[in-house]
Amino acid sequence: MLTDRAPIVSARLGHEDSHTLERYLATGGYEGLRKALSMTPEQVHEEVNAASLLGRGGAGFPAGRKWSMLRKASTTYLVVNGDESEPATFKDHLLIERDPHQIVEGTIITAYAIGAAQAFIFCRGEFALGLERLTQAVNDAYAHGALGPSILGSDFSLDLVVHPGAGAYICGEETALLESLEGKRGFPRIKPPYFPAAIGLYGEPTVVNNVETMSNIPWIVRNGGAAFAALGQGSSTGTRLFALSGHVERPGWYETEMSKTTFRDLIYDPKLGGGVRRGRALKAFIPGGVSAPWFFPEHLDMGLDQDAVGKAGSMLGSGSVVVMDETTCAVRAAWRISRFFHRESCGQCTPCREGAGWIDKILRRIEDGLGREEDLDLLLDACDNIAPGLTWPPRQTTICVLGPSIPSSIVSGIHQFRDEFLLHVKEGGCPMPPDEVRHV
Amino acid sequence: MSETTGTGELTVTINGKQVVAEPGELIIDVAERSGVYIPRFCYHPRMKPVGMCRMCLVEVSSPRGPSLQPACFVPVADGQEVNTDVDGARKAQEGVLEFLLLNHPLDCPVCDKGGECPLQDQAMSHGPGESRFIEEKRHWAKPIVLGPLTLLDRERCIQCARCTRFAEEIAGEPLIDFFSRGDAIEVATFPDRPFSSYFSGNTVQICPVGALTSAPYRFKSRPWDLEQVETTCTFCGVGCRIVAQSSAGKAVRFLGVDSDPVNHSWLCDRGRYGFEAIHATDRLREPMLRRDGELSPASWNEALREVGAGLRQGLSSQGPTSIGIIGGARLPNEDQYAWSKLARAVIGTDNVDAQLGDGLPAEFVASLPQATIDDACAAKAVILLAGDLHEELPVLHLRLRAAAAHHGLLLVDCSPVPTALSEVAVALAPARPGEAAALMAALVASDDEVPEVPGVSAAAVSAARTVLSGLTGEEIVVVVGRTSVAERPDSLAAAAAALAKGLPGVRFLPALRRANVRGAIDMGLAPGMLPGRVSLDGAREWFESQWGSLPSGRGLDTRAMLEAASAGTLRALVLLGADPLADFPDRELATRALERIPFLVALDTLPSASAQLADVVLPAAGFGERGGTTTNLEGRVTRLAQKVVPPGVARPDWVIAVEIAERLGVDLGFDHLEGIWEEIEQVAPAHRGATVSAVYGQPGDGVVVPVAAVGLPRLAPARLDPMATPGIDSVITQGAPMFAGAAAVGSGGVEESEVIEEGGAAPAELPTESVTPSGPPRPSPLAFDADSWPVPAPPVPDAYSFRLVTRRSLYDHGTLVQASPSLAPLAPSQELRVRPRELDKLGVADGDRVRVRSARGELVLPVAADEAVPAGVALIGLNLAPVDQPGATALLDSDEAAQPVRIETVEG
Ligand SMILES: Cc1cc2nc3c(=O)[nH]c(=O)nc-3n(C[C@H](O)[C@H](O)[C@H](O)COP(=O)(O)O)c2cc1C
Ligand code: SF4
Ligand code: SF4
Ligand code: SF4
Ligand code: FES
Repeated sequence: MLTDRAPIVSARLGHEDSHTLERYLATGGYEGLRKALSMTPEQVHEEVNAASLLGRGGAGFPAGRKWSMLRKASTTYLVVNGDESEPATFKDHLLIERDPHQIVEGTIITAYAIGAAQAFIFCRGEFALGLERLTQAVNDAYAHGALGPSILGSDFSLDLVVHPGAGAYICGEETALLESLEGKRGFPRIKPPYFPAAIGLYGEPTVVNNVETMSNIPWIVRNGGAAFAALGQGSSTGTRLFALSGHVERPGWYETEMSKTTFRDLIYDPKLGGGVRRGRALKAFIPGGVSAPWFFPEHLDMGLDQDAVGKAGSMLGSGSVVVMDETTCAVRAAWRISRFFHRESCGQCTPCREGAGWIDKILRRIEDGLGREEDLDLLLDACDNIAPGLTWPPRQTTICVLGPSIPSSIVSGIHQFRDEFLLHVKEGGCPMPPDEVRHV
Repeated sequence: MSETTGTGELTVTINGKQVVAEPGELIIDVAERSGVYIPRFCYHPRMKPVGMCRMCLVEVSSPRGPSLQPACFVPVADGQEVNTDVDGARKAQEGVLEFLLLNHPLDCPVCDKGGECPLQDQAMSHGPGESRFIEEKRHWAKPIVLGPLTLLDRERCIQCARCTRFAEEIAGEPLIDFFSRGDAIEVATFPDRPFSSYFSGNTVQICPVGALTSAPYRFKSRPWDLEQVETTCTFCGVGCRIVAQSSAGKAVRFLGVDSDPVNHSWLCDRGRYGFEAIHATDRLREPMLRRDGELSPASWNEALREVGAGLRQGLSSQGPTSIGIIGGARLPNEDQYAWSKLARAVIGTDNVDAQLGDGLPAEFVASLPQATIDDACAAKAVILLAGDLHEELPVLHLRLRAAAAHHGLLLVDCSPVPTALSEVAVALAPARPGEAAALMAALVASDDEVPEVPGVSAAAVSAARTVLSGLTGEEIVVVVGRTSVAERPDSLAAAAAALAKGLPGVRFLPALRRANVRGAIDMGLAPGMLPGRVSLDGAREWFESQWGSLPSGRGLDTRAMLEAASAGTLRALVLLGADPLADFPDRELATRALERIPFLVALDTLPSASAQLADVVLPAAGFGERGGTTTNLEGRVTRLAQKVVPPGVARPDWVIAVEIAERLGVDLGFDHLEGIWEEIEQVAPAHRGATVSAVYGQPGDGVVVPVAAVGLPRLAPARLDPMATPGIDSVITQGAPMFAGAAAVGSGGVEESEVIEEGGAAPAELPTESVTPSGPPRPSPLAFDADSWPVPAPPVPDAYSFRLVTRRSLYDHGTLVQASPSLAPLAPSQELRVRPRELDKLGVADGDRVRVRSARGELVLPVAADEAVPAGVALIGLNLAPVDQPGATALLDSDEAAQPVRIETVEG
């Protein structure tokens, strides 16, 4: 069922000048901060706990709980993850370009709640306009007295630095991000320590939260955690910004209520995706970014609910839904995704560094008509050596979870479309039509 | 790593077997101790684990069920269950190996590592047996030159990061790092910054594949053609343990052995690649006699007859005091002892000095309350009052750097010009040349009477005092060495004495640069000293009972001998591998002396400048060509072994001593090396208890002298796994004896079963009491007397002059470096370094040529602006001029407490 709740994070985006301080102030901007400063940090934290806000960066960990895990120390950092680089994921990009002040305000409130005096926003370097606007917003916030010493006359002070990423997807992984922020190579850190909340930036306890997670904070403080928790159901509270792409009539971003909206709503509702392009049949869809195992028509009536999707063997992940119609070649789709991981592996650990390239080459060979029947088992076994047992959630022989993200599309593809893979082998080439490029 | 149970506090089960372990130990180490070898690539026991290669995945129990964990990264926990060869773990290991080989070129037949390669070995022991990869492999241009001594084959690299971590974590010189990402990742240097680290060879040694190769060894041999012995590097006083490997009778490679108290498996490149000097084309191969003004070949018989005649003539005309011996620091202990005995008991002269005025006073070194390298690294604070250890004693630099950078050692650098260790020091207080004693007195003065120190700011003094405040003498070690040869050594002795007075219990580690200077002092190759750290007068009765007669009084040191020679009172001089023309810090005096001396004998391995002037030149067997023992700067006696035969008819120095004694009608009583050591143990007071079986019994960490002070040696030292030091045969891994010419590398690779069998031989019994020889009671070794080292008068200040500080370079124009083709071109060119502001005052620019003038001489050379040099100081490299041209020593007057110089502009 599609609900028509008022949007939270995208409320301002209808305005041309949604990124400016003027518009932000005119639409309730920095009121959340003012209110937060009138509360104790613990009270702010309590509201976020009550909202049961799940992290929007991919892992879906409750934000309030993450903040509680901070090791007590004299220095605590807050780092906001705006490195969004996954194919088909573009919701943080939108928020950064179109409502940067909302992120800044959420960041200031969070810093207040966790007692950080220094915060960073790590923004993907390719977001040229986004970086410009985010930086402008930070400068404006300083001028407005919302950043710097004695914020809005209180005795809370905070400095906020916008740091551009240098062009690696892996720097979105929170520990690689921290390494990069420290000026080192973006290699994910080995666990333990398990959480940056114990040992994070420069060895100090650090909260890393996603841009969209931060964008929800002002609303939660203004309206109370209970109001947020009243949206959605179960552990999936509030609304979520979904990036819908692929073979739909109306690709784009949609903020919908969690859990109550279904995949069918998102893809087919005329106000949302508007259906599969040209009335074609749905072949498969990716429910949460290219790391997520694929879903098929039988999953359409599932709600956009973290637990339900997880139980069904995939994830909402980064909030990007990619639709594949009946003309899509499963081999080509899996290959494209594998090629992405091959190019973006940090190269630190063997199974991911070497495995990703191998899998890319095998899939490419099958698509090119040079596949062998045994390649299917070979692919699955190579995947198994990265993610033993090919279970969900995955186990891993690697340092970070980029490794076990590689098998998702391949295992989905081979399990569901084994015949199509074999047809490539038998016919010595791809039986599906070539890509249709859509010009907008 | 020889026993399964220790004093552990927790129990883990590894493959069904219970093992006791200490908290914090890694699964990989505990497993290995219990006989279970877990395959690995990135793990190196001397570096922090990173868990990158994933080769060591094993199944580890946890509250949430068993999971695959990297054994090199996860510490043991009580009750933990570890399974290394259950299906899951084996599959993961085979998977990682298959992945590693996908892009590996498998060009083993032309790879230096083939035959001793951990990737080959572990592919056999833990790999899937065959590859399923049919795609095109990744291709790179190769090899890439990383630095002057190191090449990289990127296709062979398995990205284990051992090399990059070594450079950053151990050497502190992050000149190589990963570049790019994914399977395009490669090890690379930064633009215009070559991998010129002095420690680059270690990366080649620990690279688990043939990706890194060294220019000197590349394509020289195949592992199965190598023979090896364990021995000790004698390029400097650290005494790193090495394995010397030869092929077809030529030394081709030295590898570092992990000696826990000394070098932790690391070597510097000079030691590692110095093997080239063994086979230098101009090695002395036969005796030479000066006939009609020209040196020409002679038989040993002719040459020795000539030496006998020359010495006898000196003896009969002006008595034993007209005969002198300079040098001996590069000789093994046994040879030093033989020469010491020859001088005193046969010739009757005490004019013996192994140092060339460039070290520390022998009585001072012999009597210092001593600290070992480990003591220094484990101290709370170290006061550094020495030259730049990075240049002089590279692996000591590494040890101290690691202690300061990673283990909380507080380092106070008081060297006259900041050193490579200054970067990790907590306080810098550069002592003004000639006035170190004043600074040391200020460091230990009580709070209310801190004196002003000339040339050092009050802030620097107070920062250093703050570091030391609250520490007792026992918690502090002083690394004391000759800071600069432009400063008299008694200034350093006085500085040390000031510390000893102010900090009761403080210990000293002498930074002795020349290889076996410590042995030379211990064997009495210093005027007024006798073997075993006793003085001629103090131990006269005992030694007369052992040796017969002794010289009547204290003899001359090198400077006095050279002065006597130039004055015509010295009749005969023997140079024991010494080259005063190049090394004595007063070139003018050395030249006069050697030109004037009526009879000059040189024993050497190479034709040094001084040997060219000799009447008789005797070819000596050099490093790797003979056995014996050597003593490192901390007093540790370790074995030297022979690997190749000496060139021509060259002989060990002790044999030459025996022959000369015979020509003088005396039987020295030696016919084999162990016999000499036996006598040392019996006669030398400090060496009592260092028995032949302890010293010669087996290779390893050696024995620290005096034995009583430091305790029993570990006779079966821990060895690292073969992955830590690939290229060294498992014979050594197991700590078994390995002597001259004994074992050859067999198959090259290390079989798993060899590794996991017992970790080492049982420690041999060390006899605590040796047979006491007859005669008067043995005297005890000298004790330190802080009052016997007065402060020399500092030079009178002169507003126009700088004080000169000389600094050594690892690569210089010394004979050994210049005899190594790979190292020779690395010697930097000579320049003068001065603070930029002082250059401005002089009106010269960085890079200009200037004239440096002292009372002794002058030099024209380029000047460089260097902010690190303190005001009023000019820094000059030592031994950087080609032999036939004057270098820094041309400016030096060995009598000056500090050497004043002027800097003048030159026209044009
Ligand atoms: C390979 C990889 C890439 C990631 N990229 C991003 C990203 O671009 N943005 C992001 O917010 N989180 C990303 N994450 C998740 C972060 O590690 C982290 O969980 C998240 O930033 C936490 O924020 P949240 O709790 O607010 O969701 C990535 C994780 C992995 C493993
Ligand atoms: S899994 Fe891949 S991206 Fe993650 S640390 Fe390993 S190599 Fe890097
Ligand atoms: S060059 Fe050798 S040591 Fe360095 S990363 Fe590659 S394989 Fe490892
Ligand atoms: S530090 Fe000294 S002993 Fe060690 S390898 Fe270098 S020269 Fe040889
Ligand atoms: S991950 Fe343990 S040895 Fe490399």
